[in-house]
Amino acid sequence: MNKRSPEPGPFSIMVHKEMADHIHSWRLSILIALIVLTFTASMYVSLGHIRSAVADTKDPDHLFLYLKLLTATDNSIPPFHVFLSFLAPLLGISLGFDAVNSEQNNGTLTRLMAQPVYRDNFLLAKFVSALLIVSTLFIALALLMIGGGLLFTGVRMEPAELLRVVGFIAITIVYVAFWVSLSVVLSILFKQAATSALTAIGIWLFFTIFFQIVINLVVRAVMPDPAYLTQAELIRYNDVILNLLRIAPNQLYSDAVTTLLMPSVRSLGPVTMEQMAGAIPAPLPLKESVMIVWPQVSGMLAATAGCFALAYSLFMRREIRS
Amino acid sequence: MKEPIIQLTGLTKQYGTVKAVDDLNLNIQQGEIFGLLGPNGAGKTTTILMMLGLTDPTAGTAKVCGYNATSNPILVKRKVGYMPDNVGFYHNLTALENLLYIGRLNGVPENELPDRAAGVLEIVGLTAERHKKTAAFSRGMKQRLGLADVLIKDPEVIILDEPTLGIDPVGVKDFLALIKNLSRQQGLTVLLSSHHLHHVQQVCDRVGIFVSGKLLAQGDITGLSAQLFGAGSHITSVTFEQAVPHPWPLETELRTWPAISHINIHENELETTSSKAITAALVRFLVDKGCNITGVHQKNYGLDDIYQKYFESNE
Repeated sequence: MNKRSPEPGPFSIMVHKEMADHIHSWRLSILIALIVLTFTASMYVSLGHIRSAVADTKDPDHLFLYLKLLTATDNSIPPFHVFLSFLAPLLGISLGFDAVNSEQNNGTLTRLMAQPVYRDNFLLAKFVSALLIVSTLFIALALLMIGGGLLFTGVRMEPAELLRVVGFIAITIVYVAFWVSLSVVLSILFKQAATSALTAIGIWLFFTIFFQIVINLVVRAVMPDPAYLTQAELIRYNDVILNLLRIAPNQLYSDAVTTLLMPSVRSLGPVTMEQMAGAIPAPLPLKESVMIVWPQVSGMLAATAGCFALAYSLFMRREIRS
Repeated sequence: MKEPIIQLTGLTKQYGTVKAVDDLNLNIQQGEIFGLLGPNGAGKTTTILMMLGLTDPTAGTAKVCGYNATSNPILVKRKVGYMPDNVGFYHNLTALENLLYIGRLNGVPENELPDRAAGVLEIVGLTAERHKKTAAFSRGMKQRLGLADVLIKDPEVIILDEPTLGIDPVGVKDFLALIKNLSRQQGLTVLLSSHHLHHVQQVCDRVGIFVSGKLLAQGDITGLSAQLFGAGSHITSVTFEQAVPHPWPLETELRTWPAISHINIHENELETTSSKAITAALVRFLVDKGCNITGVHQKNYGLDDIYQKYFESNE
């Protein structure tokens, strides 16, 4: 709100209403329950495992207690950030897949658009309300994790650790934002909420499961036998494959999050022996980790912004009728 | 003469090769109830959407309350209340909550809002149902809530798209009486679209007949019938107790009347077509001649006939 008027503007009223709708919906309650459940399970496992993880002096990250809480596991279940890489899309999809088409089918869209509100406010309200809820959820979880860790271990948190956890939360929110904006686009494209939900889930499944398989198949068909390649060529091919894999948003997310949560990760691509020579296996400073994941983060931001811009251009000039 | 509150000039909307609205010119004065009458798919809803800036015209302009609806939709929507056909509500909210939301979006101050909402709910007669979820509402109740929705923003113009569709006859009557009262009391301009002739006939000051994107005629109902059937179109039919004998002496006498242009006799019925209203004179004449009359009917053209006539000429 830029104007200092005593009454809230239409935008904040719409955000308010959307958030109330989300909070009262079963859909969100179920997903939050699911996320809280996986969070609790992975925290439980990592807490049980934390003593040995911190005592493991061979691991350069062993002193980052709170990062260990998020990543340590005894391999019975995956750590929380891996869970999130496939639960977060589901959360984003569920918050956005029927944003526009359900209102259109109910006849509320026409009614709403006949009020003196800007069309973009409607889209923006859908997007912002979903993000506010997601941010609240993840910030609450992170604070719970920090508070719980403090209570159980009594170890002071390093500022670098806090910043890394905050970065992890921020990247997760951006990741969910991407799926929200993608599903909002689909909800504008498809008249039926079920179609847009299925399409969104299809895209999600494609990227989580089939994308790697497809890339592998293509590479196997196209790439010459590695035995006949020089090392430089091999590295170049490897780079191409990695970059192709990075088209998938979940790959970007797990790259970014892994680097942030494991300070000793130095590179996301192959590293040659020359580069490794003389390197001490020590955790990187935060700034260096951020430098490594910056392309991933900006890629996710760009994808989110692109989807949102597409939603705008589809929606702004469309004829509204029920 | 005052500037018309709704001014459509050369309004055209083309979907592909189909012209949904074709060069529409229409002026509506303040305080008028105007009925936009036409069959389904005539382009009524498209016209209304263009008036609210919800769809862009291919050519022409729609000026409402002095603002261009295409370039200034927000200003128009502040003054115009629109009730779409098939009006929908948020099912998970109660009637009152739905209404309050629309009130807030229109910038009704928070301290006035409860009173204003209670007021409009009273007007449309939904006070008792205000805490019910709208999912349980019947069509008629939704229609009423839609009207409350329109009224809460205190509009200058009300646009109702098929407001009587799907309501039972008693409901329709009440609803139309409500609209008429509101218009008369508060000086509201009302534009209502319908394909239901009788409803339009009951309340509208003027009607426009709209067929496949073109406004074929507009005016009040008597004016329209005069325009359509010409001045010489008064039909009077008289029913006698007994069948009229075939060579009827009175027929020749009647044929000498200058006003009568056509006489038709069928068993015990006499039908005359004349350029003036001659019913009274005709009855007096027949009674004087000793005829036993059991029924007299003077035919007035209603919207039905007008509508029918336009369809015939259009097909």
